[in-house]
Amino acid sequence: MTTDNKVLIKVEDLCKSFGDLKVLKGVNAEIKKGDVMVVIGASGSGKSTFLRCLNLLEEPTSGTITFEGVDITAPSVNINKHRQKMGMVFQQFNLFPHKTVLKNMTLGPRKLLKQSKKEAEENAMKLLERVGLADKANAYPNQLSGGQKQRVAIVRALAMNPDVMLFDEPTSALDPEMVGEVLEVMKQLAREGMTMVVVTHEMGFAREVGTDIVFVDEGVIVEQGSPKDFFENPKNPRLKDFLSKVL
Amino acid sequence: MQFLNMLAASVGSTVSEATSSGSDGDMGFWQSIGNRFYRTFIEENRWKMFLDGLSKTVQITIFAALLGVALGFLVAIIRSTHDLTLHKKKCKSFGDVLLKFFNIICNIYITIIRGTPVVIQLLIMYNIIFASSRNAVMIAILSFGINSGAYVAEIVRSGIMSIDKGQFEASRSIGFDYKSTMIHVILPQALKNILPALGNEFIVLVKETSVAGYVAIMDLTKVGNTVINRTYDAFTPLISVAIFYLIVVLILSFILKRIERRLRNSDH
Repeated sequence: MTTDNKVLIKVEDLCKSFGDLKVLKGVNAEIKKGDVMVVIGASGSGKSTFLRCLNLLEEPTSGTITFEGVDITAPSVNINKHRQKMGMVFQQFNLFPHKTVLKNMTLGPRKLLKQSKKEAEENAMKLLERVGLADKANAYPNQLSGGQKQRVAIVRALAMNPDVMLFDEPTSALDPEMVGEVLEVMKQLAREGMTMVVVTHEMGFAREVGTDIVFVDEGVIVEQGSPKDFFENPKNPRLKDFLSKVL
Repeated sequence: MQFLNMLAASVGSTVSEATSSGSDGDMGFWQSIGNRFYRTFIEENRWKMFLDGLSKTVQITIFAALLGVALGFLVAIIRSTHDLTLHKKKCKSFGDVLLKFFNIICNIYITIIRGTPVVIQLLIMYNIIFASSRNAVMIAILSFGINSGAYVAEIVRSGIMSIDKGQFEASRSIGFDYKSTMIHVILPQALKNILPALGNEFIVLVKETSVAGYVAIMDLTKVGNTVINRTYDAFTPLISVAIFYLIVVLILSFILKRIERRLRNSDH
């Protein structure tokens, strides 16, 4: 891992309510450059909401999120600029079905980063080769398997050259035999030093590549630590209970 | 063959012969048809009237459709933007207030237009709003366009709302603002989904223009009516007008099918 310990994202007292339902009740977290933070928790615990707040897909009710030194929850901030630096991968892939794989990947770089068509396509092809999908460049998303779709979704986010990648249960909608190929891409990314925040149920992945494991329960972080401490020496009873069920 | 011979004879004969032959009963069936055809289309060059009428109908339809689509998209985007961003939320900025205001205007527009007959709208436009103008075709284009816009708006809105929320989120997460997301991601997909409904609306519009005669436009239907009054034959002009409409609609359907097929290339 990188030795640069610069804080990339700092979350302070983050709260989020949907109507009367309080989903996040004061979350504090720090994500340093090169960290792979894995967020785990039962469904409905608020872990996905936490992730979606990081790039303001969900607007926090209160609290601040500082990304690269800028408080992105401030009303004056142009969030679109900052989102370009935060890639996101969704459970349901969310590829654009009316565009080919290549067009999916070059749309952002061309329109937002003002890359030339040639530059954007060359860059996209390099990324596709890395995930073994160069031959699918001109295919439409509906012609791909779930695992292929998710790998395309990952490189689509990478094409924007982000500083951090957010993964929202990237393998939960996949057939079991396709989970491996997606996790492999994510592991490779982690090894290359990409800062990542991953919401997942893949405990093997968390243990292998996570640098910081976070357990969210009822809207707060109840335990946090290195994979070793976290899995071998859990302290919180809810976490113990959770781990006994999923491991 | 007999029909053609007879037709040639009719064309060659004098007008008086054709008009004085009041006793259809004496003639054979084909001769009667030929005679009717002659009186409907050839006599006094009435085919020119039909051609003019057809051209007016097509002209009104095309421009009204263009206006309707433009208006419809505008209204649909205002309404769905309001529903997607401001629904059950308080206004936070001046832009929000403006959006809320335009949303109300759009709702009133759709309610009034869909709630009243198009003939009444046309007559109000012709006799009240543009009472000083006698450019009836222009007024008809405006009326039918404004009318169609209300229906197109709801079709387009249903298309926008049918796109999965994940598409918005994926586009926004890449860094696109709301407008670019609409242009590059949402509207192309929505357009594909609504094309059959939109085509339906155009087909309805073609036939709806048949009430243009109410404001003294010699459109296809009005020409048919006029010819009936001159020849005292209802059968031939009405059937002919019906066939003309059918042909226009068939051509339109063909074009729409082609477009649909082209847009479908992304689902395999």
